[in-house]
Amino acid sequence: MVNNILSTENLNLWFGRNYVLKNVNLNVADKNITAVIGPSGCGKSTLLRCFNRMNDLIPETHIEGKVKLLDDDIYTSKMDVTEIRSRIGMVFQKPNPFPKSIYKNVAYGLQIQGKYCKDEINERVEQALKAAWLWEEVKDRLHSPAMALSGGQQQRLCIARALANRPEVLLLDEPTSALDPQSTAKIEELCLELQKSVCILIVTHNIAQAGRISNYTAFMYLGELVEFGHTEKVFTVPQDKRTESYLTGVFG
Amino acid sequence: MKNRKVLNFCGNGFLSLLAGITILAISIFLVRIFSLGSKVLSREFLFTAPRNCMQEGGIFPALAGTFWLTVISISIVIPLGILTAIFLTNYGKPKWLLNVVQIAIDTLAGTPSIIFGLFGMAVFVNLLAMNVSLISGALTLAILALPLFINSCIEAIKSVPFDFYEASLALGATKRQTITKIVLPTALPNILTGIIVCIGRVAGETAPIMFTAATFYTRHLPEGLKDEVMALPYHIYALMTEGTHPETQVPIAYGTAVVLLLLVLGVSAAAVVIRSSIRRKRKW
Repeated sequence: MVNNILSTENLNLWFGRNYVLKNVNLNVADKNITAVIGPSGCGKSTLLRCFNRMNDLIPETHIEGKVKLLDDDIYTSKMDVTEIRSRIGMVFQKPNPFPKSIYKNVAYGLQIQGKYCKDEINERVEQALKAAWLWEEVKDRLHSPAMALSGGQQQRLCIARALANRPEVLLLDEPTSALDPQSTAKIEELCLELQKSVCILIVTHNIAQAGRISNYTAFMYLGELVEFGHTEKVFTVPQDKRTESYLTGVFG
Repeated sequence: MKNRKVLNFCGNGFLSLLAGITILAISIFLVRIFSLGSKVLSREFLFTAPRNCMQEGGIFPALAGTFWLTVISISIVIPLGILTAIFLTNYGKPKWLLNVVQIAIDTLAGTPSIIFGLFGMAVFVNLLAMNVSLISGALTLAILALPLFINSCIEAIKSVPFDFYEASLALGATKRQTITKIVLPTALPNILTGIIVCIGRVAGETAPIMFTAATFYTRHLPEGLKDEVMALPYHIYALMTEGTHPETQVPIAYGTAVVLLLLVLGVSAAAVVIRSSIRRKRKW
């Protein structure tokens, strides 16, 4: 049995009267890639955002059930949201580096915690950029604006920025949907490398991408977790009719 | 097919005509003011006090008065305006109350300046017994400029992409850190623009200081917040309406107008330079 780092128990979520997540029970194994697939509006991004409490930003959100990081329920009031978010990094659909230098982007997560000295930050910035395969491309221009990088580089910078906090989990919300095929391939390869040290939970629209990189696949439809299991199993012998229809392109 | 192209041609022509009219109007205005005013301009005009019933001499006390009025009121407006805008955009609730406050701000922004002048006289000059003084005038001007500045700060803050906000929170930043380290620096160029607009407005207003700060004539410079001051716009007003020797005083009034105009243009130009250099450093 593998270790579950993230899990949900009977998770229900409403935005106002809109019932978005319906009784979701999901276990995410550590040091693996788990992909969440499903048609638009099925709640997969919302589910992802439950894990670092980004749904808190939407005032009419109502949540029932449990979301656990290891053994801690992250929705209890004694949990510090900022600490959860530094333990669970997130990369968004559209590359969103800050309008600052490359260095400052990566150092930001460490600087705001205010507990690292300058040398430590420098070291971690270098490590994070290396881990995101960006170091060689930017080491001579760490202090030039991040916005001048290409889209693919910007997205790897966002990954580096999240990695600098040394998170236990990396949430990727359709990280390649705004990128060209070459940059996409690079990020997929990067994910395969990163899963050795961090748990990756990726939401994707791209069924083939889930097949290529993930060990586990979760299929969501209309707010329900329809099917979850080893990727080969889900892709070759889906248990549920809806999964099969989605994977074969009947709807999407 | 033909019709579209004719329409397109006419449309272009019409827009060029309108742009031309605007440019022409501004040119005539500038040339006229400068040709009437530049005759009296000299070093002495800028740096000496008026003499001989304001028929000779310069405008130094008015220049100094306008400078101090602007500096004091702007330094009240900047912190108050930015903090208020942050509160209204990020912290204020409930929504209906924010809407009421927004309507109040918009109404104040559209209120005629003479009404601020009367308010300043009633409250600062009389009620708070500050008399006609630099501080009364600066406070009145600050109240006049505040709604304008709050609105431009709100716009500046709202123009910061939500992506940045989200990215910062997702990295474990608190709301306060996100605002001070990401939102405000990103909004800074637009906030600067707002400051410039305010400086122009405050330096050029006559009505709010008429009853609260300005004096027709003083030979010396303001020495404290309690002093009455001369001010450039009021000086022009005074020379044109109460002058007894128009043949010598009208050119002085135009000269004063040129100085005021150059000051405001200078501030704007400086701001454009600063802003574009900030924008060049970080674009998105």
